[in-house]
Amino acid sequence: MAFTLKVNGSSHEIDVDGDIPLLWVLRDVLGMTGTKFGCGQALCGACTVHIDGQPVRSCQTSVNSIGDSVVTTIEAIGHTPQGAALQKAWLDLEVVQCGYCQSGQIMSAAALLKDTPKPSDADIDSAMSGNVCRCGTYQRIRAAIKQAAGV
Amino acid sequence: MDGSILTNRIEGETAMSRRTFFQGTGLLLGFALTGARTEPVFAAPVSQVTENDVTGTFAPNGFIRINPTGAVTLVIPMIEMGQGVYTSLSMLLAEELEVKLDQIQVQHAPPNHALYVNSIIGIQNTGGSASVRAFWTPLRQAGAVGRNLLIAAAAKRWNVDPASCRAKDGVVFDASGSKHLSYGELARAAAELPVPPVKNVKLKDPKDFTLIGTRAKRVDSPIKVDGRALYGIDTRLPGMKVAAVAISPVLGGKAKTVNEKAALAVKGVRQVVNIDEAVAVVADHMGAAKKGLEAAAITWDDGPNGKVNNADIVKQLEEESKKPGVVARNEGDAGKALAEAAQRVDAIYQVPFLAHAAMEPMNCTVHLRKDRCDIWVGTQAPTITQSLVVELTGLPKDAIKIHNHLIGGGFGRRLEADGAVLAVKIAKHIDGPVKVIWSREEDIQHDMYRPYYLDRLSAGLDAAGKPVAWTHRIAGSSVMARYYPPYFKDGLDPDAVEAAAEPPYALPNIHVDFVRVEPPGVRTSWWRGVGPTHNVFVVESFMDELAHAAKQDPVAYRKGLLGHNPRALAVLSLAAEKAGWGSPLPARHGRGISVQFAYGSYTSQVAEVEVAADGSVKVKRIVCAIDCGMYVNPDTIEAQIQGGTLFGLTAALHGSITFKDGRVEQSNFDSYLPMRIDEVPVVETHLVRSSEAPGGVGETPTAVVSAAVANAIFAATGTRVRRLPVDSNSLKSSS
Repeated sequence: MAFTLKVNGSSHEIDVDGDIPLLWVLRDVLGMTGTKFGCGQALCGACTVHIDGQPVRSCQTSVNSIGDSVVTTIEAIGHTPQGAALQKAWLDLEVVQCGYCQSGQIMSAAALLKDTPKPSDADIDSAMSGNVCRCGTYQRIRAAIKQAAGV
Repeated sequence: MDGSILTNRIEGETAMSRRTFFQGTGLLLGFALTGARTEPVFAAPVSQVTENDVTGTFAPNGFIRINPTGAVTLVIPMIEMGQGVYTSLSMLLAEELEVKLDQIQVQHAPPNHALYVNSIIGIQNTGGSASVRAFWTPLRQAGAVGRNLLIAAAAKRWNVDPASCRAKDGVVFDASGSKHLSYGELARAAAELPVPPVKNVKLKDPKDFTLIGTRAKRVDSPIKVDGRALYGIDTRLPGMKVAAVAISPVLGGKAKTVNEKAALAVKGVRQVVNIDEAVAVVADHMGAAKKGLEAAAITWDDGPNGKVNNADIVKQLEEESKKPGVVARNEGDAGKALAEAAQRVDAIYQVPFLAHAAMEPMNCTVHLRKDRCDIWVGTQAPTITQSLVVELTGLPKDAIKIHNHLIGGGFGRRLEADGAVLAVKIAKHIDGPVKVIWSREEDIQHDMYRPYYLDRLSAGLDAAGKPVAWTHRIAGSSVMARYYPPYFKDGLDPDAVEAAAEPPYALPNIHVDFVRVEPPGVRTSWWRGVGPTHNVFVVESFMDELAHAAKQDPVAYRKGLLGHNPRALAVLSLAAEKAGWGSPLPARHGRGISVQFAYGSYTSQVAEVEVAADGSVKVKRIVCAIDCGMYVNPDTIEAQIQGGTLFGLTAALHGSITFKDGRVEQSNFDSYLPMRIDEVPVVETHLVRSSEAPGGVGETPTAVVSAAVANAIFAATGTRVRRLPVDSNSLKSSS
């Protein structure tokens, strides 16, 4: 089936089965590899993107469910105020280690700050506990979110 | 580095052969990590270096190129997998070469044992917390030689004494500071000068370091916050197909039935490859490949390992560990001392199989042609990968091109080349490049696991409670015997007994032995922290049992046995002090301590836990003191302590791989649980200033944390944890 997908401000014509997850369309069809595959079951958050500003796990989002909605990925999140502030905080506090999960971490954090500009620790726990980091960068992720939010 | 060197590497740097590296002009520095027969450092014009220069008499192991634009390229055999090695090694070079950190571009080294062997571990592997330790001296020497040559070239041009000139930020200045030439301008001339002997080149006094010891920014961070960083799984090539793979759920099994027709009916599926041990569905994209694999509805013939069960593996360990093993250490007469002791303590400890579960699932891209085989993968072991592919393809070594990548979490998993081997077997049936990606379930169920170990310990205490006898028998798989056979001598696996044969304490009568027991149907391998991760848990928990039997405070008891070991004593004391050891805690809260010497570093941790009435354990705080000798980047060390602690803590609280009917029972992050942000404690790091040689860091916290937590649980509940992961059912409050 043919779909028109709006990603990071551009429209893309794609021709795949409707039940194919957005993750693989982004990575393999559109060549945008910043969004990562981690678990395939919405258990780790590595594949988090925004659809109309809301965080979703792209590994469990079929391409035919998106319709006219707007997809934003890690490649463009720096164009939003929350994304830019988070990326800066991530660099200031040296959050990353292997870095593989960090696209998803930043996408989840950007969605958090959009809805909750001054998050509490409980807000951070609730928004970020779906994102796994095996390098164990959580302590710095929390600090970077707070720095970006100015709390 | 702005990251371009790392992001543009597919056709550039990782495809670079040694030959192409020598094209161009400028100054090339080679340096040796091992056994230099003549000079450990050489320098030459890039264009004039011949293969013989680098593989001949003194085999330099690393390369630094300074080209006429002033760009400094460092070819690093160690791979970046989060541990910060690109930054720390660049810092070593920049410090002595006198360039800014951002003037250095890092390239992954191609596989070449002669050139890039790690002197600590004897192979071109990234592991063993050995990178800084191996590079500490040679990389600084190479930098110093380079600086000397560049200064000499400037002095010659100005006709002044080189001693009157100085270098800073890649520029040489004369005495007045009015004349200056950049390294780029000097590179060609410097390459023509005689190389000063290394013994005549003075390294900086550590007190003069301006970069080493600072919180320099990681060179790989910018590309990791905006999606530019490319890992093996991000490989994209013209005409490339993507394959989803199902591996026999039982080791040694074979595919019995495969519905190829159904798989091929899925839109985008191009091919089904059945190699018995695994089935791959090849498609235009992974979405189609996964869908096709499901449609293939594969059934399996389990083969000989279909009856493997965890209980049987443990039973085998229990039986075999009753027999004497190969002696790792025997001092005094432990048997006699045990018999004569005033008090005797016995315990059996067990630790489970563990998966690595790195965030980047196993993957490998292969383009196999008649005369060459290109492999795009993130690997900790490029030379091993290359050798295995030579065996598989029959192609000469030079025809196997390994394009190494940033690794999305290694933890030891990428020391194994099974992922590349499987991908090449599949690629043999495919025309063109193919990227093989394992699902998370395949990744967890076909890992090569940290061995299950069973340990038997006995100790004798004198009337004052001091240990006068110590016996420790370790039973389990030997990773070393399979992986590094030369190091497995006379049945003894030095890794399996590391930190057990040589605990940091004064123990007068000690007997430690090892019984090798290989579980059927299970592949074992290296896991972050290797031998000490298991042994420090056992030794430090048992030491806590002895303190309890002696009715002494666990910190005071250890201090009494560490009088001869000032560095261990210092980290123990520091961790205890910073954690407020001895200050009162509420009921069912407790503190536990652990101390170790491993990977060349001394580490101690105090864990503070709360055990709820339902037995669930909340780790509230971890305080870590580490003496890793002279250190390169304290921020990276703190990051490694934070992360490595959580890696060990995750295993201690949640980690267990079990087998039933030959199959791994866990499959994804809902059954092999990672710690998440809402569960983790704050980890505090206290770094001891030291002038000793650098020690390793990356694995230290993983090894030290489990005993600290287990001992804290004992302090909180009175229940001793002798088996990991912690069983909350055993910790329920009786009141």
